[in-house]
Formats: sequence, C-alpha cells, structure tokens
Amino acid sequence: MTMVCYRPEGLEQLEAQTNFTKRELQVLYRGFKNECPSGAVNEETFKQIYAQFFPHGDASMYAHYLFHAFDTTQTGSVKFEDFVTALSILLRGTVHEKLRWTFNLYDINKDGYINKEEMMDIVKAIYDMMGKYTYPVLKEDTPRQHVDVFFQKMDKNKDGIVTLDEFLESCQEDDNIMRSLQLFQNVM
Amino acid sequence: MAAGVAAWLPFARAAAIGWMPVANCPMPLAPADKNKRQDELIVLNVSGRRFQTWRTTLERYPDTLLGSTEKEFFFNEDTKEYFFDRDPEVFRCVLNFYRTGKLHYPRYECISAYDDELAFYGILPEIIGDCCYEEYKDRKRENAERLMDDNDSENNQESMPSLSFRQTMWRAFENPHTSTLALVFYYVTGFFIAVSVITNVVETVPCGTVPGSKELPCGERYSVAFFCLDTACVMIFTVEYLLRLFAAPSRYRFIRSVMSIIDVVAIMPYYIGLVMTNNEDVSGAFVTLRVFRVFRIFKFSRHSQGLRILGYTLKSCASELGFLLFSLTMAIIIFATVMFYAEKGSSASKFTSIPASFWYTIVTMTTLGYGDMVPKTIAGKIFGSICSLSGVLVIALPVPVIVSNFSRIYHQNQRADKRRAQKKARLARIRVAKTGSSNAYLHSKRNGLLNEALELMGTPEEEHMGKTASLIESQHHHLLHCLEKTTGLSYLVDDPLLSVRTSTIKNHEFIDEQMFEQNCMESSMQNYPSTRSPSLSSHPGLTTTCCSRRSKKTTHLPNSNLPATRLRSMQELSTIHIQGSEQPSLTTSRSSLNLKADDGLRPNCKTSQITTAIISIPTPPALTPEGESRPPPASPGPNTNIPSIASNVVKVSAL
Repeated sequence: MTMVCYRPEGLEQLEAQTNFTKRELQVLYRGFKNECPSGAVNEETFKQIYAQFFPHGDASMYAHYLFHAFDTTQTGSVKFEDFVTALSILLRGTVHEKLRWTFNLYDINKDGYINKEEMMDIVKAIYDMMGKYTYPVLKEDTPRQHVDVFFQKMDKNKDGIVTLDEFLESCQEDDNIMRSLQLFQNVM
Repeated sequence: MAAGVAAWLPFARAAAIGWMPVANCPMPLAPADKNKRQDELIVLNVSGRRFQTWRTTLERYPDTLLGSTEKEFFFNEDTKEYFFDRDPEVFRCVLNFYRTGKLHYPRYECISAYDDELAFYGILPEIIGDCCYEEYKDRKRENAERLMDDNDSENNQESMPSLSFRQTMWRAFENPHTSTLALVFYYVTGFFIAVSVITNVVETVPCGTVPGSKELPCGERYSVAFFCLDTACVMIFTVEYLLRLFAAPSRYRFIRSVMSIIDVVAIMPYYIGLVMTNNEDVSGAFVTLRVFRVFRIFKFSRHSQGLRILGYTLKSCASELGFLLFSLTMAIIIFATVMFYAEKGSSASKFTSIPASFWYTIVTMTTLGYGDMVPKTIAGKIFGSICSLSGVLVIALPVPVIVSNFSRIYHQNQRADKRRAQKKARLARIRVAKTGSSNAYLHSKRNGLLNEALELMGTPEEEHMGKTASLIESQHHHLLHCLEKTTGLSYLVDDPLLSVRTSTIKNHEFIDEQMFEQNCMESSMQNYPSTRSPSLSSHPGLTTTCCSRRSKKTTHLPNSNLPATRLRSMQELSTIHIQGSEQPSLTTSRSSLNLKADDGLRPNCKTSQITTAIISIPTPPALTPEGESRPPPASPGPNTNIPSIASNVVKVSAL
C-alpha cells in the first residue's frame, strides 16, 4: 500500500494567493495535517469531520455538496491549497466572491443555473443536519415551502431557475443576508 | 470536541456561509474573540523534563488542570515556565491526550500511580481510549480485589455487634470460621453426614447367618439399631435445614437454591417412610425412595470448595457434554444396527435385537470388551473391529476439546460479565457527557441572554456569570445557533418526552400544557411562512420571519414572578424550560415569553419552549463551562430576566 503524500506549495506562495497571513496559514495547516496526515482529504474523511460538529443530525449530504464545492478540479480529494483557497474566499473575500461561491455550492451540477430540484436537495440537506429531535417537528413540506420562499425571493423573471446575476442581485437587496455574510469575518 | 477537529472549526463556520442565503431569519451574533492572543508555545517543566506545546493545544480541554487557569498556580516567574513536581513518564501520556485526543494507559505503569496522576491533572479515566481501556479496567479490578481480600481478612477478626441474631446465624452457617459455635456446628453436621452415608452403605452388607435362615444384610439383622441411627441423622438434618431456613436473608431464594433442594431430597424418604409403613402395597416404592438417601453425600459440597467448583464447571460446560453424548448416541445407533444385521445370519447369536446390540456397541467403543457378546460371522467381526477403532476416536477426540472448552468458557463468561459491566459504565458516562455538553450549550445561551439583559437594564451586577466558556465552545454553540436560525427549528432534548414529563410540580405541568397548546397552535399556523414572507421581504430592513407570527404567544407564565421585559430586537428568544422535575425553585427562573405587539415591533418568529441542544461532544464528563459573556449586541438584543439561576434550568429559544 503506497502512502501518497501531498505537500502544499510554499508558504509564501499560499500567502500571496490567499488573504491569510502566514501565521493563520500555519495554524490552518497544522489542523489540516493533524486530521489528514496524507495531505489530502477525501470525501469520507470530509464527511466525518463535518459530522462531528453536528452530532444530532445527518451532516453527510451537506458535507457532500460542500466537498464538491471545495473540490474545484473534481479530483475527488481536497488538497490543502483548495482548502485554503475556499476558506480565503469565505472568510476574507468580498461579498461578491462569497455570493459567487455560495451560488457554486447550490449549483450541484455546475451548469450555471440553480433549479428547484437542486435547491430542494440543498435545503433538505440543511434540514437533515438538525436531526430528528427538533421543535417543532419537521414536517414533510417545510423544506418545500422553504425552497418556494427562496425562489420567490431570488427568481426575478420567474422562469423557474436562478441565474448567477439574479442570485447576486437578490442577495444584495436583502439586508439580512448581507449582514450574515459578514458574520464570520473574525473567525481566524 | 475531538482535539484535532477543534482546529477545523473555522472551516465549519466558514461553510455556514452556505446557509445564509437560504435562511429567512437573521443570524445570532458571533462570539467575540476577546482574549485573542497569538498562539504561543508554553513550556511545561515536569521534574526537570521540559515539554513544550502550543497554548491552544492545552486549551482544548478547559476543565482539566492544564487547560484552565489552574495551571497559573504552577507558573514559575523566574524561569517563565510551568513547573510540576510530578512523574514525567505519566505526563507524557497526559500531554499526548491533549495533542491527539486519546488517552492511553502504558502497561508498565502501576495502576494506582497512574490514577493518582490523572486525578491530579483533572482528567477522568473514563476517557481512556478503546485500545487501552480493557487493560486499564482489568488492572484496576485486580488491584481492587487485592485490597478487598486484605480488608476482608481484617474484617473477619472484628466483631460486628450491629448484626441481628438472624444475620449472625446466617454468617455462621455460610462461613464456619466466624465463631467457635459455627465451627462446632460445621463439624457436627459433617460427622453426621458421614455417619449417614456409611450407614446406608453398611446396611446392605451381608452380616453373617442367623441359624435357620439365609444370609441377611446387616440392615435387616440389626434393623432397630440402623433405624435409630437413621432417625438421629435425619433429626439433625431437619433441624439444620430449619435453622438455615430461618436465618436465610431471602427465604424464597434459599428454598430455590440447589443445596436446599438436596437437603430436602435427603430427608424426605425418611418421613415418607414413616408415613407409609402401614401400607404394604407401596412398600416397593418406598424401597426405591431409599435410594435418594444417597443424595446426602452431596451435602458434603457445603464442606468442600472443590466439589462446588466441579459442579459449577460441569454446569457451564453442559452444552459441550451434551454434544459429546449426542455424537456417541449417534455412533452407537449406527454400529448397533450394522452389527445386528451382520450377525442376523449366524445361529445362536446373542445379537437378538438392535437394542440388545447397543450393549455390545457401548462396551466395544469404550474399549471395555467384556466378552459377553461376541460377533461370530466374518462381516460381524469386520464391523466389530471398525466399531472399536472408531470408539477410540469418538471418545478420545472430544475430551480435549471439552477440557479446553472448560477453561475457555469459564474465562469467557468472566470476560463477558466484565464487558457488560464496562459497557454499562461507558454508556452512563457518555450520557453524562451529553447532558453536560447540552447543559453547556444552554447555559451559555441563557447566560448570554442574561448578560445582555443585565447590560441593557444597567444593573450594577456582575456581568459575567459563571466561568467563561472556551472560545472554541462558544464558537461551536454559535454555529449550532445559526443552524437553528436557518432552519427555523430548534434542538430538542434527546428524550422528546423529557420536556413534557409530568412532574410533581404543578407549575411544571402548566408548562407542559402550554407546550401542548403551542404545539397545536403551531401546527395550525404552519402554513404561514409562504404567504407572509413576500410581503415581509418587501419591507426594507424588516426581518423576514421564517415562521408564523404568534401575537398570542405572549404567554406569560402565570407563576412567573418576572416582569415582562420589553423586547426591542427583531429577534425573539424565548428561554428557559425546565428540564428535569427537580426543583420547585425552577419556576422562578422562567422567563416570560416575549411581548411584541404592544411594542410596535416587527413580526417575530414564533416562540416556543424548547430545551437543549445536544452536543454530544466526547469531552470529559465533568463539563463546567457555564456561559460566556456576549458582547452587547449592536442592535438591542432580547431580554430575559432571570433572577435565579438554577443549575438544572435549561432551555433553548426557538424562532
């Protein structure tokens, strides 16, 4: 059994490519390497790690979508560079970049459009993370309603799909969303 | 939280951005990083051996000595390091626990020394990893047993005047070395058992002839003497049985025990014989009953440890023995049939039927070879030899298997019991950890709200309630809170019934009814969101509610002594729910649900009383982080007024 080890590019290069400082990159890498000594994380490990934060629900579906959003080159494994690039966008990027990343997350088949089925899957995955014991008890059509609300908000021309521009426009109109996007500024 | 995973918390929080566009409710504020310091190396000097690690590594477990501020007591100003005057070998394991999240138990270490070190560092041994847990428990049990043996032998010398007469008697019966009287009793009964057994044996010996009749066994010749002896023995046994019955702590259990059944069977024939001497017809049956007198010999097992062990091992290998018997039976039947048909032809054959051939087969297979039945035909001889050869195999093979099974099953039983007990303990500790961490989440929520309330009301009281939770914990809680807001649901206690458990406190019952009420109302209001949100979203700056408005839900808990607090924020947080049915004082700590309408507030999300987010973080069970101080929110936060903080009060707000 060969142990494939991925090593990231140098610290300076990463610092240049992302919005993190050297120290932050060091901390990130130490955590990354601790959990994935081989230097790359596959989907299984990804799901396990993410599931630890949501012990009472099933975080596997959302982790699956997340993984595919992180794995931009669709290689099946997320290396440290991909990881750090995505984190840089999410934590330090501009609003535009964050929204674009989120659009990419929702667009499961990466065709540039979000349709209702994709949104349904995402919303269902989010609800799954809550688990069974919630109050109020999750009803069958709650996710569907949630998706309908979302589409009513986002789909400007009511053609049943949300394009990137519609998405950006709608989100920028919504103060709540704008505010919550800034929530994790100081995460590092 | 597992050690390494704490480092991934930034990632999890970043990923939460993916929920933001989907959420309809505003998100709670993130905990501020008040004590943000750059991560630094700290030096731990343990008896001269220097260990270095990052500060954040140690802070992963804030309720241990090294993770909390307790280590400041050991800080050496001159050398700028933490000095511990303890064993460096064990410290290595302790530090590795912080690094990897797994606590290992080194086999060469003495168990009590290890326990002492763990206690010093505030680490519970229950979190020892699976790889080392069994070894640890084994050693611990051995040690405990050793200590217990010592204690027992000491205790035996002491007198215990507090025992009742009955208990002293039982102790005397069970353990003859406790007092001289018990010892005397022990030997007397032993003697009489021996006498009784010998009597039974000698009874049947032919005793010499009486002129004029044939040889008689002694029993019939000296029948009176033997009868007296028998009576005496039975009297002693009866008295002993009755005394044991009287002294037994649980009479029902005593009657069902094996020894008492043996006692009864041993003395019954005598009494039945007394009753039945008149009737000649059943005297034949009576004679058969006398056979049971031989069971008296089993009474010796009370006197012999070895007999008891033998009985126990036979019992535990019953299935193996059964299998041996079964396979032997199969072989016997096969060979008997074969021999019968082989010998059918010969004249004057002893093999008259298959059952008659059984005897031959058994005698041959066990290599006894009495010679009373011998095959005469050639086919018979051939099969006869095959029979004796296979007999050796059939008997010789299973015996070592059974012997090894004895020891295997014996030890396995012990280990299975051990594992069962360990499993129970582990589940218990996991449950404690869960409730502890769930308490932590709710405490932090509650205290966070309390802090805001206090700040807003400008009370001069202390702002920070309880210990500050670790930053990681507070961030994790914030993450879960965001998820709740996104979905519009709230976490419930593990046991959905817990929150509606009826209690002896009528106030609590009131809460339950309320919950039901709310439940019903909510279900009817579920269809609101789709209709409401478009209108809401058109208002700039208005919060879009993800759930129905419930203006009615300004449910004041009638027993609440708290003034209704004004809600000035968009968010509505209902708090406090009584988790257990413990204290009546909990009623005072309920906060009122929020008022909105009269404040001219924008529509709020529905309130509900929910309890506990469960965060089953496998931290050591002794979770103490109580709350954290939340920064004053930019927009006024929800207020709750909680004068008393009962430690059992947990609740979660729901939007």
